[in-house]
Amino acid sequence: MHETAVLFLEFGAVLLGLGVLGALALRIGISPIPLYLIAGLAFGTGGVLPLATSEEFISVGAELGVVLLLLTLGLEYNADELVTSLTGNARAGIVDLVLNAAPGAICALLLGWGPVAAVAMAGVTYATSSGIAAKVLTDLGWIGNRETPTVLSLLVFEDLTMAIYLPVLTTVLAGLSLVSGAISVGIALATVTVVLVVALRFGRFIEAFVSSPSSEVLLLKVVGLALLVAGLAQQLQVSAAVGAFLVGIALSGELAEGAQALLAPLRDLFAAVFFVFFGLQTDPAKILPVAGLAALLALVSMVTKLLTGVYAARRAGIAKAGQARAGIALIPRGEFNIVIAGLAVGAGAHPDLGALAAAYVLILAAFGPLAAKLVQPFITAIAKRA
Amino acid sequence: MEVEQTALPGIGLRHDFTTRAGRRVGVVSHRTGRRDLVIYDEDDPDRACQTVTLNDEEADALAELLGAPRIVQRLNELHQQVEGLVSVQLPIPADSPYAGRPMGEARVRTRTGASIVAVVRAGRVVASPGPDFVFQAGDVVVVVGSQDSTAEVADILARG
Repeated sequence: MHETAVLFLEFGAVLLGLGVLGALALRIGISPIPLYLIAGLAFGTGGVLPLATSEEFISVGAELGVVLLLLTLGLEYNADELVTSLTGNARAGIVDLVLNAAPGAICALLLGWGPVAAVAMAGVTYATSSGIAAKVLTDLGWIGNRETPTVLSLLVFEDLTMAIYLPVLTTVLAGLSLVSGAISVGIALATVTVVLVVALRFGRFIEAFVSSPSSEVLLLKVVGLALLVAGLAQQLQVSAAVGAFLVGIALSGELAEGAQALLAPLRDLFAAVFFVFFGLQTDPAKILPVAGLAALLALVSMVTKLLTGVYAARRAGIAKAGQARAGIALIPRGEFNIVIAGLAVGAGAHPDLGALAAAYVLILAAFGPLAAKLVQPFITAIAKRA
Repeated sequence: MEVEQTALPGIGLRHDFTTRAGRRVGVVSHRTGRRDLVIYDEDDPDRACQTVTLNDEEADALAELLGAPRIVQRLNELHQQVEGLVSVQLPIPADSPYAGRPMGEARVRTRTGASIVAVVRAGRVVASPGPDFVFQAGDVVVVVGSQDSTAEVADILARG
């Protein structure tokens, strides 16, 4: 058979399979992310249906997926919100960072994976999936709840931390010497700062350049700019994902909303491909031995996120029931954690890291929203009794 | 009464307040234009026990239902406050020369000095209508001015 024909057959089958899985997830009411990961595991090396021809194609698709994921995430916020959130919630944000980065880092160190893997694992357990968390808030009708601003500010804080963490991680993963590593981190942080300042002060010029009444032109300009900056960022060791995130932040207002609506289908397509690709890279045979450890890590992180939520919500003057809801809303992990693990695996961190992260995210992406749904009646009961 | 305003990063804004009877209500304004009317639980005042999602049109309708009687009431308060200023509600009769014609053609302010501040049509208030606003028989026009000038407006609307 012609090579293009095989590629289309394989890629088409993958997408169609994802569509069916997505429909299934919708019916059970969970996030499709864990199912996409499982699909990737099935298609990859050692899986039931290994893909031969299209793996390289899927790998490029996955890179695009990360860029689009982070770009649309950035579009959700404007620079003012980031700055306000940073100054107003720094204390809760730091508690979140310390409590939730610690389990991953400690786990990696106890396993003897070394400091580099510890930095990566810290990120894997730290970041809440803002995508899944936002969906939980919407689905359960928690958007109007009084603890919700606290949850959202923590998510913004986390995303901003990610903008600093990802370049640091890529530098650490590159295994540079202390001096050149420090220089790279310095360049990375300077770039992030410059972009944030540009977004705050001169965002409107970028908007004026990108803005267009034609959705076609707008789409091409936004994606083009994001890929260009992502490429530049990659070259500067800042990581392409962060570049795209910063472009998203620089754009705000109506323009950002328009771009978000245009990009959503594109992002959903490539993000799904990204999860599959991560699954592809992970050997399913390695999942089982780390499953117990992943479950334990997931349990610890659920407790630490719960504590974070309780702490942050109490500071905001929220009663007990609301504190519990804030903690539960923060439990889901998803895209970011896989992005981090993907970077670490790509750079050749510990071989078991991918499997552990995959199992961990599988559990928390599926169980987080489910837990929220299940405990809702109990929380209400507690509130009624108090 | 104090209305609390809270930013919802990535979503929009929330306004909420507690009624004198102790219930908390609020409105979540999404950036997309969607509005959620939120009613909080009595036992768990942080939880939205009812969320009613409204689109632009529905939110406008609700605002008018809640606000329309208040506009007339406020106008009455206003004319009590300022001596010599009255607000009257004048119907457009079916045989009025201006039924079906734009408001600008009546040149009310130029001819009398009084102002048309609102038009009530089928229970809905159109606040500060422009000169292009077309009168219909059955509209009720709210006019603010002196005793004499508003009487003149009544005459214009009835006979031209």
